[in-house]
Amino acid sequence: MSIISEKISQTDQLASLFEQSREKLNQGSSPILNRMREVSFKRFAQTGIPDFKNEDYKYTNLKPAFEKSYRQELVRESGLINLNEVFKCNLPLLDTHLVFLVNGWFYSGNNPGVELPKGVVLASLEQIANEKPELLQNHLNRQAGLSNDPFVALNTAFAKDGFFLFVPKGVVIEKPIQIINLLSSDENLMATQRNLVIAEAASQVKLLICDHTLTSASFLFNTVSEIFVGEDALVDVYTIQNHHNQSTSINSTFYKQERNSNLVTGAVSLHGGLIRNNLKVTFNGEHAEANVNGISFTDKKQHVDNFTVIEHASPNCLSNQIYKNILDDESTGAFAGRIHVARDAQQTVAFQRNNNVLLSDKAKMQTKPQLIIDADDVKCSHGATVGQIDEDALFFLRARGIGEKDARMMLMNAFAHEVILKISIEPLRERIDELIEKRLNGEISRCHDCNYQCSC
Amino acid sequence: MLSIKNLHASVEGKEILNGINLEIKAGEVHAIMGPNGSGKSTLANILAGKSDYEVLEGEVTFLGQNLLELSPEIRSRSGLFLSFQYPVEIPGVPMVNFLKASVNEHRKFKGLEPLTAGEFLKLMRAKKDMLHLDTELTNRSVNEGFSGGEKKKNEIFQMAMLEPKLAILDETDSGLDIDALRIVAEGVNALKTPENATIVVTHYQRLLDYIVPDFVHVLYKGRIVKSGGKELAFELEEKGYDWIKNGNE
Repeated sequence: MSIISEKISQTDQLASLFEQSREKLNQGSSPILNRMREVSFKRFAQTGIPDFKNEDYKYTNLKPAFEKSYRQELVRESGLINLNEVFKCNLPLLDTHLVFLVNGWFYSGNNPGVELPKGVVLASLEQIANEKPELLQNHLNRQAGLSNDPFVALNTAFAKDGFFLFVPKGVVIEKPIQIINLLSSDENLMATQRNLVIAEAASQVKLLICDHTLTSASFLFNTVSEIFVGEDALVDVYTIQNHHNQSTSINSTFYKQERNSNLVTGAVSLHGGLIRNNLKVTFNGEHAEANVNGISFTDKKQHVDNFTVIEHASPNCLSNQIYKNILDDESTGAFAGRIHVARDAQQTVAFQRNNNVLLSDKAKMQTKPQLIIDADDVKCSHGATVGQIDEDALFFLRARGIGEKDARMMLMNAFAHEVILKISIEPLRERIDELIEKRLNGEISRCHDCNYQCSC
Repeated sequence: MLSIKNLHASVEGKEILNGINLEIKAGEVHAIMGPNGSGKSTLANILAGKSDYEVLEGEVTFLGQNLLELSPEIRSRSGLFLSFQYPVEIPGVPMVNFLKASVNEHRKFKGLEPLTAGEFLKLMRAKKDMLHLDTELTNRSVNEGFSGGEKKKNEIFQMAMLEPKLAILDETDSGLDIDALRIVAEGVNALKTPENATIVVTHYQRLLDYIVPDFVHVLYKGRIVKSGGKELAFELEEKGYDWIKNGNE
């Protein structure tokens, strides 16, 4: 009996929280955010927290994460005073336009505007929704609102802030924009973050998103990002996920690409208790190209799940996916990649590959490619491998005098490198190589360069 | 330099080597010949430290050390080099990085400072010139997409970089056309000094036209059944391995 009531209570608890918080949720928040809350919560409640019977969540169980109790920051709290002192980025040599978000809230100390090209907006979503709703009303929730994912609906019900980026027509932002998402709380915390990026026609922007935990409390981080890539626009989005083992991170990113646009994404999951990345690309015009990549490193009982959907809704588009995982100890991973080629989407080219290395006998990887092809003149392929470190290559390196540990490291770096090569920001590529080496050496699990030095 | 006494070894429970005895001194070139499945490559791999084999009996001394107790990397650093029959392709590991790590591990073992990037490139250029190699090979990942000939040339190039005391060339001639064979053989000859030794493992006599051995050993069913000078290779070529097989059944 108690088990059943607990199961019900997860959704019920959130429902009562939603009821009680309605006033706080709407407080200070624009009607264009608030008007979506009720219907979104209802959509969430219809599904609730999914279990393995839900095909999309077959390999990732989020119930335990939702069983913990969390506080939420439903109104902006003034916590950290100077983030630039508290947090030292792992990529300090990178020259970027830098902004911070804390627990889903756009940090008030950010001041990125000075150096950005004219017309570019990089600001708090809450603020822009209040002050210039016309900037986002044609885009907000236009992709996410179509999703059946319960966590996307839950995000829409609770979201109050996040970052908003607007790149006007023809504007090229040379330096990458770096978003650092920090989680910091003494008590367990559920953070909801909602982001929106509009890259207008012929614009160019490179986004680097870094996720970090600063304190040792348990975190449940639920983010939704909608990214609109205009005609002829070039957009790169790289994510570095570095959370501690008591964190759960659910990231849903929706990309909509207009004709001749080009998208490159790279998700580097360095560390985290449970990471679920939902990614959807919709081609809304011809001759668009998406290169979608990911690499994860897991050990102990960590779990990383990448769930991708490429919607070839228009003809003559190209998608290329490479996802890789290196799994140690008892860690687990999942990759599910769906490619849907619509009936009229002729001349589609869609590739997908998922390669995995298991470093221990207990690590597990689930991989599920899924091609749904309704057109007849297309080129699609997919492949998946799960294996161990190549013993012959290892012996070859050792027979040339390279010690076993270094040789293994070389081979793992080489395995990861194919994904890293897709990153177009060269200094970032080098820094990520270094981070990966640190990760594989076990240094990152001792927490990064943050001044809190919590033991994770 | 190398002393093998009564070496017995098996792989997956099957005995492949049945009591090998072999003495190799500095300055010597030994050829080990034999039909397929006689244990030639097994011997080469055991000497290099491959773990798929189980040594059942016997001992191997290399420069005064018990070779069988050493890890593959220590054997390499101590001066033993195996030129692989099938050099493995390692996508994503650039030749230059691999070779620099390898050379510097060897230097560290000898108590020498690691080479700087500049010194390393200079050394690489010198060795390439010596072996008449084109520069292409080092710009790629280790053996990735190399032809059979390129892979073998690359092995000899690594040998030139590491300057081993004992080089074991495992079927280095297999898959080589006559030009590649000549380049490889000339490389091996150019690297020969009175201080080092070479073991040439081969099925055919033709490599021995280029690398002239001081001693030829015939391996059959895991034992050396015949030893002699270079003329033994010619005799084998003439009479075929059946001559050995018939005499030893």
